[in-house]
Amino acid sequence: MRAGWEVVIGLEIHTQLATRSKIFSGASTAYGAEPNTQACLVDLGYPGVLPVLNAEVVRMATLFGLAVNATVARRSVFARKNYFYPDLPKGYQISQLELPIVEHGEMMISDADGNEKRIGITRAHLEEDAGKSVHEGFEGQSGIDLNRAGTPLLEIVSEPDLRSAKEAVAYLKKIHTIVRYLGISDGNMQEGSFRCDANVSVRPLGQQELGTRTELKNLNSFRFIEKAINYEIERQVDLIEDGGTVVQETRLYDSDKDETRSMRSKEEANDYRYFPDPDLLPVEISDEYIETQRRTMPELPDAKQARFENVYGLKIDDAAILTASRALADYFEEVVKATEASAQIAANWIIGDLLGALNREGWEIDDSRISAIDLAGLVNRIHDNSISGKIAKQVFEAMWEGEGDADAIIEAKGLKQITDSSAIEAVVDKVIDANPSQVEEYRAGKDKLMGFFVGKVMQETGGQANPGQVNKILKDKLKG
Amino acid sequence: MMKLHTQTLSELSAGLERREFTSVELTKALLDRIATHNDKLNVFVTITKDEALAAAERADAARARGDVGALNGLPIVHKDIFCTRGVKTSCGSRMLDNFISPYDATVVEKLAAAGAVVLGKTNMDEFAMGSSNETSFYGPVKNPWNLDCSPGGSSGGSSAAVAARFAPAATGTDTGGSIRQPAALTGTVGIKPTYGRVSRYGMIAFASSLDQAGVITRSAEDAARLLGVMAGFDERDSTSIDQPVPDYTAEIGRSIEGLRVGIVRQHFDAGLDEQTGVRVKEAIAALESMGATTVEVNLPSIDLSVPTYYVVAPAECSSNLSRFDGVRFGYRAKDPEDLLDLYCRSRGEGFGDEVKRRIMTGAYVLSAGYYDAYYLKAQQVRALIAEDFKRAFAEVDVIAGPTAPAPAFRLGDKVDDPIQMYLNDIYTIGANLAGLPAISVPCGFVDNLPVGLHLVGPHFAESDLLRCAHQYQLQTDFHRACPEAFQ
Repeated sequence: MRAGWEVVIGLEIHTQLATRSKIFSGASTAYGAEPNTQACLVDLGYPGVLPVLNAEVVRMATLFGLAVNATVARRSVFARKNYFYPDLPKGYQISQLELPIVEHGEMMISDADGNEKRIGITRAHLEEDAGKSVHEGFEGQSGIDLNRAGTPLLEIVSEPDLRSAKEAVAYLKKIHTIVRYLGISDGNMQEGSFRCDANVSVRPLGQQELGTRTELKNLNSFRFIEKAINYEIERQVDLIEDGGTVVQETRLYDSDKDETRSMRSKEEANDYRYFPDPDLLPVEISDEYIETQRRTMPELPDAKQARFENVYGLKIDDAAILTASRALADYFEEVVKATEASAQIAANWIIGDLLGALNREGWEIDDSRISAIDLAGLVNRIHDNSISGKIAKQVFEAMWEGEGDADAIIEAKGLKQITDSSAIEAVVDKVIDANPSQVEEYRAGKDKLMGFFVGKVMQETGGQANPGQVNKILKDKLKG
Repeated sequence: MMKLHTQTLSELSAGLERREFTSVELTKALLDRIATHNDKLNVFVTITKDEALAAAERADAARARGDVGALNGLPIVHKDIFCTRGVKTSCGSRMLDNFISPYDATVVEKLAAAGAVVLGKTNMDEFAMGSSNETSFYGPVKNPWNLDCSPGGSSGGSSAAVAARFAPAATGTDTGGSIRQPAALTGTVGIKPTYGRVSRYGMIAFASSLDQAGVITRSAEDAARLLGVMAGFDERDSTSIDQPVPDYTAEIGRSIEGLRVGIVRQHFDAGLDEQTGVRVKEAIAALESMGATTVEVNLPSIDLSVPTYYVVAPAECSSNLSRFDGVRFGYRAKDPEDLLDLYCRSRGEGFGDEVKRRIMTGAYVLSAGYYDAYYLKAQQVRALIAEDFKRAFAEVDVIAGPTAPAPAFRLGDKVDDPIQMYLNDIYTIGANLAGLPAISVPCGFVDNLPVGLHLVGPHFAESDLLRCAHQYQLQTDFHRACPEAFQ
């Protein structure tokens, strides 16, 4: 941030709810089907059809509200947002305006100094998605794919509490984690299941009054969001410092050029003529319903992270990594349950080797080629000294390549650690005999050479000798 | 064999049951009659001859098997606002002149399941917006009692079909009086049930919070019969109400002894044609002679019903009709230059003047800066009107008055004066705003044109309305009178 300036950011997140059918019809929400094969008469806005609310979206919105410590409205109302667009079949979008289902929530994030910071969540409301206009391949015309029309969205609106692009991303990541924890969205940003618009304004540090904001659209990855906001901050500050003024407008982020450009100004904005949708009754939910949902709430990321630190004694950073997704946390706990080794060792294997392998492939934990039980098996063989940590890396790679579980690979490859002292002594004697000058130097005080001898012994045993024993026997014998 | 076309639904049902004639014979007789006379009246947008004969054959076969639905083999007609699979569903508009519905409305489905035979789809004011049938893209329907007069609207095709004995019963829809006013102007019975009593699924929406399907028949007994089949909860309509449907036909037999009838003073003010008022008062006197008592009730906000309605209904219609954009179905302008041109010309050419007037009024009252003053205010007044009725129904069982301010008016007389046209619904609109059931029953004539008695009840009081109307019809024969030219 340029000295003397402050940025004010508020985010609007559109998260697609993971229901099987649409918000107001029975059509499937599955992604990637042939155009217009998942749009029924209701989605197509045919004459005479009527919307019927999918109860599942109310449950999901309720869970979200509870997760962000918000008020879940006992009565919320769907309203029509009227505007014409070819991919909006009814000529209006069913959304919520005055009485949204979730209000007054909050989310804690870490600010730049590592302190906890509260970000207010103004509201979260339910609405239907529009279809998609397709401009390629129609020679001077546009195609319309209405598969997405009627897909349920939860729009989560934050207070303008964010003060940097980094905070914005931290907040977004947290919301992203939560919706996936709750199982209410797959959070897939490539497929558009988790989209974000940012309202950005700048003001001289210390000024109370907000500057004129612009709304940034088309932010479909965490990286782009950060870059777009930073670009926009610079643009606005430059503009004001050069004596200009910021115009209230919608700007599109172009990731190829890393810049934002004007899409439409406030003057061109639609009058959406919102009014309550007379086809739908107000959504009324009871305290009892909310309590029932509360009981189904999974453990949330912050609580889980704290528990991993306290119960398993994990390092803070490791606990944070392992609780980034519910699936990863579950995987970790499954490994811990199946091994006698310490939880930290299990964590090290997951964070180091397993996540490394997954990242190489661009995969999620659910795609892992090694099950939690199998990874625990590997950790157990280290713990009981069957193999060394170094051999274990070799076994891990073999497991990743699908060669079997740890025991089978150790057996097949003959990787079992040599712990028989007499066998190790024999190798040590051989090494000492073969390297008389080094022995002499060592005995003259060049302790560093210990590594040389250990390496030789390990080389002779194909890495299978127990390193602890090797060290001890070498020390004894080298004393002379 | 007695003339089939003069019989009521109940009489025809008995005849079919006694095997005096078959459904195919009945259907053919009525189709012949329609072929002969329809041109005089312009009742039908579509005559579904082949479908009707096929349905009649199925009904006869079902009867032979002993498998009969409540309306097995009985002919009806549908207002062209109800979606009918594979059949043009125009809503009286050029916009949907080419629209073949891919599905059946719930009402259509239920009546078909009960064995009804659909003879055709009836003409109507465009998108049900009108009180004279003159806004139809297919031209006005004529009143069988006087071919120079309007049969009322918007369900004018349905009312004329029943009055001209083309069919014993018709479906209709009523947003501000569109079943009851045409029934009054054609000497037929028309009932608009409680909002939510009949599913709106598949009924092309005009104003969603006011629209309600109902029936037009010649007798209250027939209306009870049809309504019993149509009513009920539909999971496809969130505003339909999940409450058991009484056996209306069983309940209409009881006397109206002790029934408390409310009279609203404003309903007999200067706006009412004098002779019409006389007929209505005679009808109320007849109810008294049958054991009913009358009580004056006060509806202080009722005078605001027309302006309230003409804010709420256009607001909803402006949004409901947005889907007609030339993109997916319906009328599409030729060779559009761009998207805006496609929208503007498809809608500009596809909609008629009255529809455009209401869309523009509706867009205006919902727009930023006017919403509070118009739409919100109208909703508040609407609540007051509903409150008025609620108070009144603490004292009375039904409220009686005129259905329309005067008998049928001449075609062309009001078409250039929307306000005069809107005032035709002055007595009927209150029931829509409050979601109440209401019925119009023939109660005499003025200059050989029929007059209707209007009865409004509290929510779900259809049984009382039908009973009152039926008991009245047992004492009168206005509903048996047939227009000269259609004997």
